Amino acid sequence: MRVGVVTFPGTLDDRDAARAVRAGGAEAVSLWHGDADLKKVDAVILPGGFSYGDYLRCGAISRFAPVMTLIIEEAKKGMPLLGICNGFQVLCESHLLPGALTRNSDLHFLCRDQKISIENINTPWTLSFTQGEEILIPLKNGEGSFQCDDATLKLLEGEGRIIARYVGENPNGSRNLIAGITNAQGNVVGLMPHPEHAIDTLTGPSAQGLGFFTSILNALVK
Amino acid sequence: MTKIVVDVMLKPEILDPQGNAVASALPRLGFTFAQSVRQGKRFEIEVAGEPTAAQLAEVEKAAEVLLSNPVIENYVVRVEK
Repeated sequence: MRVGVVTFPGTLDDRDAARAVRAGGAEAVSLWHGDADLKKVDAVILPGGFSYGDYLRCGAISRFAPVMTLIIEEAKKGMPLLGICNGFQVLCESHLLPGALTRNSDLHFLCRDQKISIENINTPWTLSFTQGEEILIPLKNGEGSFQCDDATLKLLEGEGRIIARYVGENPNGSRNLIAGITNAQGNVVGLMPHPEHAIDTLTGPSAQGLGFFTSILNALVK
Repeated sequence: MTKIVVDVMLKPEILDPQGNAVASALPRLGFTFAQSVRQGKRFEIEVAGEPTAAQLAEVEKAAEVLLSNPVIENYVVRVEK
């Protein structure tokens, strides 16, 4: 099973994401932002970082990269797609996910270990978890405050499309403690904290982030 | 050469922590006039000659697609005299 990991100029976490994909048991395939070629991957991860320097708005310019045109097309047809941190911002700017990520409410760049609860285990990225499972993974961002209008929030809540919530105090002002959401089909997931940095206890605060990567393998072999 | 200005502002209902930070810094410096501050972005686009209606429509489209994020921002396009 081949999982693509996109590198934009300014991406930071592509290597960790690829390592996490391998740890989950799938083959990691590097995808370059300027190539209109998905190399026959079965799923794609948009990793964290500061693509295109976060110029204009986070994710705003990446959305128009040649590789994104293909990814958006395939995601609309059902290909599993996970955006982590900056990847989540790209997914919102691409309108694959509703809402937007804005400046943390206290303006500080946050970098800490954060507990989140997994609230929807029906996506290809979360099916290895148990409903309500709490995991500890790093959160590191400056613009991680999830915002949307009331109608969208009601829709997300009503359809169970909030896949993860922050546990405890709200770290960044996100509405309803939203840490991650999915689209109506359930194949596209955006997540602000970083599971790829928590796949073993040598380098991460836990190994609980690995669940996202074993999930996708299980979803693909089904 | 004509300058087309696009002002992009967060929608009123969207929290603006940067504007709030400016608003709380002002009184610390002795400026007590501000009830509130909102911070936005301004784009200055130069075009050759007088812009046509079609060109302005293109700028509007670019403002909608790239310069602003309509989920959280509003924009205004105007020609600077």
